[in-house]
Amino acid sequence: MQTIELTNKPKIVGSYSIVGPKEGKGPFGKYFDYVMKNDRLDEKTYEKTECKMLELAITGAFQNAGLLISHINLLLAGDLLNQIISSSYAARAFNMPFLGLFGACSTMAESLAVGAVLINGKNFKNVVCATGSHFSTAERQFRFPLELGNQRVPTSQWTVTASGASVISLNGVGPEITQITFGKVIDLGITDVNNMGAAMAPSAADTMSAHFFETNTKPEDYDLIVTGDLGKLGAEILIDLMEAKGYKLGKNYSDCGHSFYTRNQDTMCGGSGCGASASVLNSYIIKKLKTKQYKKVLFMPTGALMSTTASQQGESIPGVCHAIVLEAGGN
Amino acid sequence: MKNEKLNQAYNEYVEARIPKTKPFPSLFNAFWVGGLICLLGQGINDLIIYLFPMMSEQSAWAWTLVALIGIASFLTAVGVYDKIGKFAGGGSIVPITGFSNSITSPALEFKHEGVIYGTCVKMFSIAGPVIVTGIVSSVVVGIVYYIIGLI
Repeated sequence: MQTIELTNKPKIVGSYSIVGPKEGKGPFGKYFDYVMKNDRLDEKTYEKTECKMLELAITGAFQNAGLLISHINLLLAGDLLNQIISSSYAARAFNMPFLGLFGACSTMAESLAVGAVLINGKNFKNVVCATGSHFSTAERQFRFPLELGNQRVPTSQWTVTASGASVISLNGVGPEITQITFGKVIDLGITDVNNMGAAMAPSAADTMSAHFFETNTKPEDYDLIVTGDLGKLGAEILIDLMEAKGYKLGKNYSDCGHSFYTRNQDTMCGGSGCGASASVLNSYIIKKLKTKQYKKVLFMPTGALMSTTASQQGESIPGVCHAIVLEAGGN
Repeated sequence: MKNEKLNQAYNEYVEARIPKTKPFPSLFNAFWVGGLICLLGQGINDLIIYLFPMMSEQSAWAWTLVALIGIASFLTAVGVYDKIGKFAGGGSIVPITGFSNSITSPALEFKHEGVIYGTCVKMFSIAGPVIVTGIVSSVVVGIVYYIIGLI
């Protein structure tokens, strides 16, 4: 069994999202809590900016929950940079215990999963789960300098400048986390670092089918099934893979990365990065759950667990995907 | 757990699904922008010869290259060259201006890591392999040339 049931129903009582200017112009623009005027936030380096964005998201989330910093018992965060510096450095600003997580772009699900289990077990009262990414830090770590005059390949994706944070608690009101399916690492031998969607889609298919099987549900039972950053191609592949497993994904299936930008924002296959699923969850999805427009959402961000070193040594790209069931709660 | 057969089947399936770049527009844009850069180079060369009639042809070419490298470096610094590159692809990578861009862009990118460990170390991270290939192949050609001379 990969799926667990959270009987005490931890709730997301506070959430906050912050995005860069380009992301603010995308389809989710009006749902985000804060759209930055420039992509720097007056910081000297982009790494510092990413860290600052996480700080703002974390602060925003517990303020949104109506809590003080002293009420938060634990911070769970991760990001894409080596040694997850954005999260660890952001944690310096808060006087609270910290657990750093790495699940690449699946970090939002990983942090929510760990946080929800801890809250469900009543070991902690309030925990904050956060993650974020920045286009310019990811580019320099994984790809090329910003000013290099190269062309992006059609399968590439655009790392989003975004950060999101959620507060989980047993007390208060908000969408409930009712089930979690922990994902396995799946690698079907994709080595092209410009084709993350294809590398991660099999892990999403594996977790999704395990979830449907173990919870005895069908795609139609959810108002929204949303993956993290598979992008256009990855989402299409996932639909194919699921069909082969006997599940037909319909109009209620969507991908955060694929719908993150408008077509003329020129991002090829769409958005990617930890911030994609984190910011969409903590704005659009939670708002729709609060207004009960969505009653049951299957949130499943995917992560590509590769590093530049491993890729240069010819290793293929392993993927992971965790699924979180969010319910509007109430009656 | 690795399953070679499954991996191969999946890779083939993905390969078939990958959206392809349209060759005609990319080739056309690369062709005319690349041509324009060459025309600019020729123009600069003619201007130098016109302004300094005493200069040897070889020096005039050297100054032309310096001018092109300088212009491309400047355009990189002000954030224009990457836009040209996005549009023209190979058309702006192949001429010497692309070479200049590939050195200036990492130099700028890593300036926050310091002059030595940032700019100086990273400056040749993209152009380095090109320089190495150039030097190694010239050595090989030199040896071949020498051996042919002996025969």
